[in-house]
Amino acid sequence: MIRKFSSPKTFYPLAGKLMPWFFWTFAVLGLVGLYWGLVLAPVDAVQGQSYRIMYVHVPAAWMSMMIYTSMTAAAITALVWRTKVAEYWLLCSPGLGASFTFITLVTGSLWGKPMWGTYWVWDARLTSELVLLFIYFAILAMKSAVPDRRKAARVMAMITVVGFVNIPIIKFSVDWWTTLHQGDSIFRKGGPSIAPAMLVPLFMMALSFTSYYFWLVLKHIRTMIERKPV
Amino acid sequence: MSLLTRKHKRRGAFLAVILIALAAATFLMLRAFNENLLFYFLPTQVKEGQAPKNHDFRMGGLVLKGSIKKDGLTVHFEVTDLHNSIPVVYKGILPDLFHENRGVIVEGRMTGPDLFTADQVLAKHDAKYQPPEMTPAMKKYMQTH
Repeated sequence: MIRKFSSPKTFYPLAGKLMPWFFWTFAVLGLVGLYWGLVLAPVDAVQGQSYRIMYVHVPAAWMSMMIYTSMTAAAITALVWRTKVAEYWLLCSPGLGASFTFITLVTGSLWGKPMWGTYWVWDARLTSELVLLFIYFAILAMKSAVPDRRKAARVMAMITVVGFVNIPIIKFSVDWWTTLHQGDSIFRKGGPSIAPAMLVPLFMMALSFTSYYFWLVLKHIRTMIERKPV
Repeated sequence: MSLLTRKHKRRGAFLAVILIALAAATFLMLRAFNENLLFYFLPTQVKEGQAPKNHDFRMGGLVLKGSIKKDGLTVHFEVTDLHNSIPVVYKGILPDLFHENRGVIVEGRMTGPDLFTADQVLAKHDAKYQPPEMTPAMKKYMQTH
């Protein structure tokens, strides 16, 4: 199955069929989620209006980790089966991953100042997310350092697999150590600690961001296949 | 051709060995660093002498109810972890989320047997988000969850 779907001949038309779905999910849920989150959702009892930055910060943070996880799956596939599509996936993802990580850090910093009283602290959550940005930079550096695309993908795959250790550290940092960053509000024992009226637009934004990523990746891979006919 | 030929199995096994070694190394490293990764100490840990004595450290907990006394820009309050509490003195502007019974992290040092002088006060958010006009039914739902 991996062989079939990662062959450019099967992947190219399949990606073409999926792309409009991802695009419209991204556009519609993005607009509705943004309006719902920024305008319709109630103010927070403690944080007032400032909490609304969550509707960008939280989905961006999820994306920074989700993109990395998808890259790790692609990296393993590329290292074991040497399939082209997995290599393409790896080549076009780190730029997007780095962008989402950057957005996470900037929005978090702007949120931290009024709420915590500081733009930045070196706690385990913030530091491990910053490390993720540097790992993305390292992978991107390999992409431009190795001229041959397939060789570059191999080197990137190796760094990606090694760097994956950071992902569980980011996720569980708030449980393992005392941090200034609060614990998980959503995937926690006993269900989310966010009121439903605030949670629905958050999920919409998360789905919108995810679709945006898949839409762009598929588009990118198709271009790469076109550039080098199979 | 099958999915896992000998070539693929060899590559996969090689990758698996590297991953396991890496995970083990990371685990050991994190365990060694564990103490330094603590962002703050609880008042009980401070009373037990676990906090550094010669340089600044952070102490975290809840602002003890009824302990806040303001005198101009100088604020006195107590940080508690529900077992022990330590009085804190701070001069400066407090963050918006600073309130009784809410999470707080103070940075500074012990300047007496029972007094912490803070240079910085950070408010900690408790991961709860809810509108102020919640109905009692919703409140009950949030408390039981």
